[in-house]
Amino acid sequence: MLKEGQIRIPSGCAISGIINKDGKRIDGGEIARSIAVMHDRSNGLGGGFAGYGIYPEYKDYYAFHIFYTDVAAKQACESFIEGHFDIINLSKIPVRKIPEITDEPLIWRYFVAPLPTKLHDSQLDENEFTLRCVFTMNTKLKGVYVFSSGKNMGVFKAVGFPEDVARFYKLDEYSGYSWVAHGRYPTNTPGWWGGAHPFAILDFSVVHNGEISSYDANRRFIEMFGYKCTLQTDTEVITYIWDYLIRRLKLTMTEAAEVIAAPFWEKIKTMPDADRERLTYFRTVYPSLLVTGPFSIIVGFEGGLLALNDRLKLRSMVVGEKNDTVYIASEECAIREIEPSLDRVWAPVGGEPVIVKLNQTGENKCL
Amino acid sequence: MPINYDDNTYEVIRNQDRCINCRVCERQCANLVHKYSEYYGRMTSDCISCVDCQRCVSLCPTKALKIIKNPNSYRDNANWNEAAIKSVYKQAGSGGVLLSSMGTPEAYPVYWDKILINASQVTNPSIDPLREPMETRIALGKRPQNIVRDGNGNIVNTVKNSLFLNVPIMFSAMSYGSISYNAHKSLAIAAEKLGIFYNTGEGGLHRDFYKYGKNTIVQVASGRFGVFKDFLNAGAAVEIKMGQGAKPGIGGHLPGEKIGEDVSRTRMIPQGVDAISPAPHHDIYSIEDLRQLVYSLKEATNYKKPVIVKIAAVHNVAAIASGVARSGADIIAIDGFRGGTGAAPTRIRDNVGIPIELALASVDQRLREEGIRNEISLVAGGSIRNSADIVKAIALGADAVYIATGALLALGCHLCRSCHLGKCNWGIATQNPDLVKRLNPETGSERLVNLITAWTHEIEEMMGGMGINSIEALKGNRLMLRGVGMTQKELDILGIFHAGE
Repeated sequence: MLKEGQIRIPSGCAISGIINKDGKRIDGGEIARSIAVMHDRSNGLGGGFAGYGIYPEYKDYYAFHIFYTDVAAKQACESFIEGHFDIINLSKIPVRKIPEITDEPLIWRYFVAPLPTKLHDSQLDENEFTLRCVFTMNTKLKGVYVFSSGKNMGVFKAVGFPEDVARFYKLDEYSGYSWVAHGRYPTNTPGWWGGAHPFAILDFSVVHNGEISSYDANRRFIEMFGYKCTLQTDTEVITYIWDYLIRRLKLTMTEAAEVIAAPFWEKIKTMPDADRERLTYFRTVYPSLLVTGPFSIIVGFEGGLLALNDRLKLRSMVVGEKNDTVYIASEECAIREIEPSLDRVWAPVGGEPVIVKLNQTGENKCL
Repeated sequence: MPINYDDNTYEVIRNQDRCINCRVCERQCANLVHKYSEYYGRMTSDCISCVDCQRCVSLCPTKALKIIKNPNSYRDNANWNEAAIKSVYKQAGSGGVLLSSMGTPEAYPVYWDKILINASQVTNPSIDPLREPMETRIALGKRPQNIVRDGNGNIVNTVKNSLFLNVPIMFSAMSYGSISYNAHKSLAIAAEKLGIFYNTGEGGLHRDFYKYGKNTIVQVASGRFGVFKDFLNAGAAVEIKMGQGAKPGIGGHLPGEKIGEDVSRTRMIPQGVDAISPAPHHDIYSIEDLRQLVYSLKEATNYKKPVIVKIAAVHNVAAIASGVARSGADIIAIDGFRGGTGAAPTRIRDNVGIPIELALASVDQRLREEGIRNEISLVAGGSIRNSADIVKAIALGADAVYIATGALLALGCHLCRSCHLGKCNWGIATQNPDLVKRLNPETGSERLVNLITAWTHEIEEMMGGMGINSIEALKGNRLMLRGVGMTQKELDILGIFHAGE
């Protein structure tokens, strides 16, 4: 049977996210409780989490989380890493053996910094250098899959129900200012753990519920810029689009959302001049980055979360607020489970992003 | 010699019980096939002149007529078939090059017919175009690679001179001269009503049609007929015709009898003299020369008009297109070898060039591999026959399509492939005033508007089925296509999977 990456597997999903704007640290057990409520939206073939602010002691170093199929793969990969990075720390990611999660690969974590000489010779900035190294490791090294590569953040994922994945990775022992979670309902067996979500590159992580109809248009466009869609999943391509728009083109989050879920021309026509000009520009220059078909996504990034629905809102997504904490989930019950008395709860309009960032207190504390 | 090299291909069958000798057929046939015989007291026919244009059949009030293929047959021979034999007779008699019109009728593979389109089931919803917004609007033109912000951090719209189309279909180049005044007028009115573009072809622009400039693409071909400053500035875009799918490697030929006073004035050439455009542009012998022409035209139009470079689909089309993309052109139009023409040497039409499907797929892929696909727009033409062909072309990677034969059919053309004779009974490919007036531009434009409107509805239905609500998300979306009955090589070139994969 082909594994995910060799075939494209449509999936349904549950997503959930939490952020505390003051930078108060939330333990991973919270988000696990939230996603667990939506058990029926997953089918046990994929679950995962991303936590931000979880490695404060190593916050200046890229944290690589890597799956290896065997020791030979690990040795090959470590020799690659040593050739390009200073390894500050390395260890197995601690896991709890439970019957619900089986067939795990070798799971390792490295805190690294690019070798100054290599970085200089590459004529790239630190992020681009690291990103290209990650692509090389994932496409050229057999049995190696780097599934998390940001600073002061980490992705934890596996084949299983999300609540079991959380127990497996002992998520209650991590705490961060924000979390995203994913429960997957793939139509086919993914065959390996790489297909689980979140999907992450550098500090961007994306959880997504939907099946986008623009997939191949988006993929063939983004692959012109050095990205390689090795998993053939929507989430992967959306993550690359996000990285391209924000990190490479330096668009703001709101602007990037205007590209991905562009308003209809009919609506653009009625907008004030400045908005009309900008949106006309986006739609003429980046038509191939318009994402159509149903999606609800939560994008995690350093210092914040963004939630976005497709412009027709073909997938459910609810946002709740309580004091300085903001909750996002596919269903309201997943929010009520961890915060029954919300100050405000609403369903964001399709195509309109909800962006939540750390406030000054939070930034001082966490960034 | 008693060798019959006449094209005695069709036979007129007249039902004498129905015929009322009204002589409509006689008046309608510019080929003088029908004649009333006083001696017999009934209509007679000279079948040899019949081109099977169906004009008499359509207008016969008692439906007494039908045209059939002459069942007279030569001895069966799979190699020396009848067409091959007749060609030899003709050329042995005339000593001339065989001429033909419209696209090749030969049975080359039509890849559109081997491609199937996807639809949503269960995992994502199809979208109902009657109830939800469905966007077919697109923009064509050069795209900047960098984002520029003003002092306040606002994005500056650095995109200049885009062509906006309500639906990604344009009427392809057909010159005034090859087609009639009324045919041109029909196309111009329809383009304006539809919010799309029509193309002057290489014969200049009639003064009366300058008012449709907003929806006009003016063409500069190797003969430079009718090209001057006002002409270049009259349209919304300028197209350099490097080649035509039906006759790659050669120029156009408009016979002198089609060049009357009006055509002569528009083309800026003498009346009655053959208008022969050279095979190459004599100022373009290489890619760097093309760049100079592109910029000359941009200078002449104050950098206000996008420049389209139209090339014929030939073997090396991907590399050529990549060169064109780097020439300063804003849009590349690729014309496949099944495309139509007003007149072409038969052997060239039937043997030179490659199908648009393969050309389009390989150009789109090459431009992506070069990382420049997003800088330039791609228009595909050369036998786009219906809305499904359009959906497939866009999914293969086209921004828009050019149609011409389809537009002529809407105006009444019956594909008799005799345009080069100048006696079009439908008033399209002729300059004979009596024939031209048979085509009413108001009715003609209405039929064109109907056709494009109908196709737009169908495109929206197919997009909705795929769960796509903007045609932009269909562009290059090859996962929406599957092939049937193709070799792996063909599938690889098209960049699609086989059905079932």
